[in-house]
Amino acid sequence: MTEFEQMKASRRGFIGLAAGGSAALAFGAGAAQASRQRTNARILILGAGAGGAAIANRLTDRLDGAQITVLDGRAQHWYQPGFTLIATGLRKAEYATSTTEQWLPRGITYVNEYAAEIDPDANRVITTGGQRIEYDYLIVATGLTLDWGAIEGFDLSLIGPEHGVSAHYASPEAAEKSWHALDRFTDQGGVGLFGRPATEMKCAGAPLKIVMMAEDIATTKGNRNKVDLIYNAQAQNLFGVPIVDHRVRQIFTDRGIAYRWQHVLTSMDPGAKTATYTTPEGEVTTAYDFINVVPPQRAPQVVRESGLSWADRWTDQGWIEVDQQTLRHARYPNVFGIGDINGVPKGKTAASVKWHLPVVEDHLVSELGGREGSRVFDGYTSCPMITRIGRAMLIEFDYQDRLVPSFPGLIAPLEELWISWLMKEVALKATYNAMLRGRA
Amino acid sequence: MEEFSLMTFVAVFEEMFGRGLFWTMVAVAIVITLAWVYILLRDRALSMRKFLLAQLSMPVGGLAAVWFVMLMTNSGLRDIGGPIDWLVLLGVFVAGAVGFAILVYVVQSFLRGKTAEL
Repeated sequence: MTEFEQMKASRRGFIGLAAGGSAALAFGAGAAQASRQRTNARILILGAGAGGAAIANRLTDRLDGAQITVLDGRAQHWYQPGFTLIATGLRKAEYATSTTEQWLPRGITYVNEYAAEIDPDANRVITTGGQRIEYDYLIVATGLTLDWGAIEGFDLSLIGPEHGVSAHYASPEAAEKSWHALDRFTDQGGVGLFGRPATEMKCAGAPLKIVMMAEDIATTKGNRNKVDLIYNAQAQNLFGVPIVDHRVRQIFTDRGIAYRWQHVLTSMDPGAKTATYTTPEGEVTTAYDFINVVPPQRAPQVVRESGLSWADRWTDQGWIEVDQQTLRHARYPNVFGIGDINGVPKGKTAASVKWHLPVVEDHLVSELGGREGSRVFDGYTSCPMITRIGRAMLIEFDYQDRLVPSFPGLIAPLEELWISWLMKEVALKATYNAMLRGRA
Repeated sequence: MEEFSLMTFVAVFEEMFGRGLFWTMVAVAIVITLAWVYILLRDRALSMRKFLLAQLSMPVGGLAAVWFVMLMTNSGLRDIGGPIDWLVLLGVFVAGAVGFAILVYVVQSFLRGKTAEL
């Protein structure tokens, strides 16, 4: 009997461990289960992506009587953390697609249009279909715009093996075509160019992941000596957090991935297969057989024209002027921001959205109850930095560039681990979906 | 760090396997465990013979669990990178071994009934 009891104890131990594992992907707390706040406030949520859908669910749980409207013109929902897996051949495009509507709660109004005009002085939004929506509170969760036009010579139709172009940020389908380009490149060899834009960007780890995965795939195919991999950093680092930067440099050096500083892609000639970068020394043109394009990223035009953007920071990008801690707009106290659109120094990832949610929920629900919210966002950003198929580093950090591991002493953030890979591959989407439903 | 809640884990597992499959698996695990408790109560003793076969079957269950995890993910034993990875692998093995041992014991008991082995 004793043996059996011991074994049962071990099983419990494992379940705890497994649960703990997926918890890292939960990035934190469950939805606060407080009592429902009675209100008749009109709340308008711009965007039904990760931030918009999740806050709609959370507010529906917390508020009784609120008139919640969600505005989003895209009928398809994209699980963007899955794009890297699609672009490296591990998943198909369907992995990242679902419908917007399936994530939205009952009892709200979903308008399948975009905002055409936001007027925060009049508390009013006009939709692309001409509807006028008045609000008491506005939650901006529009996400960002990929400025493909900023790269001269690039066109989305170039993505695929024929032109050797990968651009996996564009869409799940583009990510799948990007995989076919990478697949051919790692078969045939040549020069592969990688890099990132000079603007703020979503998931700054993604361009690094794709080059490390390319190296791993070429190695597995036995073609490593046929490929030259060059990463073009926009600054004098590979990653904004110094300790992570040093670790990634070490991996690049160990694996023979070359890198160049202050090279920003500005144009390409798909016919000649050359890419031109601006550098402090002038323009540099490099021939390629494969190129991964990540474009500059900006707030959507409608947001930039609304007066919600910072006037003196990120002026070419237009992120909205929210308080770093409360995510409440600095000039319009009835406006909050969630996700990529926020003008804060860190955190354009789904993991950050996960941590934006309870903060915005707390401040909004508290205000409706006549109290003051107390939760703060500390800049938490998480990046499961996949370094090869089967291993990743679970990197988590905050505004101060401090590492903030969810499992200190258990899962080392700068070590390439199988458990971190399992989280990315198995538990992340489940956690993301639970977050969308307002349950994680 | 924010707090983790049990409901978060349940939500994540429901999403991972689908609500139906997840609760079916929980139900199956509970049924097998209850069946084992029932047999212990019925037989009023742990049959050493059945226990021996159950123990001998443990490596099979353990290896099957490890194989299943490797099959379901794009990873293999080459990816074990640090101590925590070995612990997780061991955990998967132990879970599979224990689960399978209980199953083997229960199946024997139902097939053979209360054997007069003592």
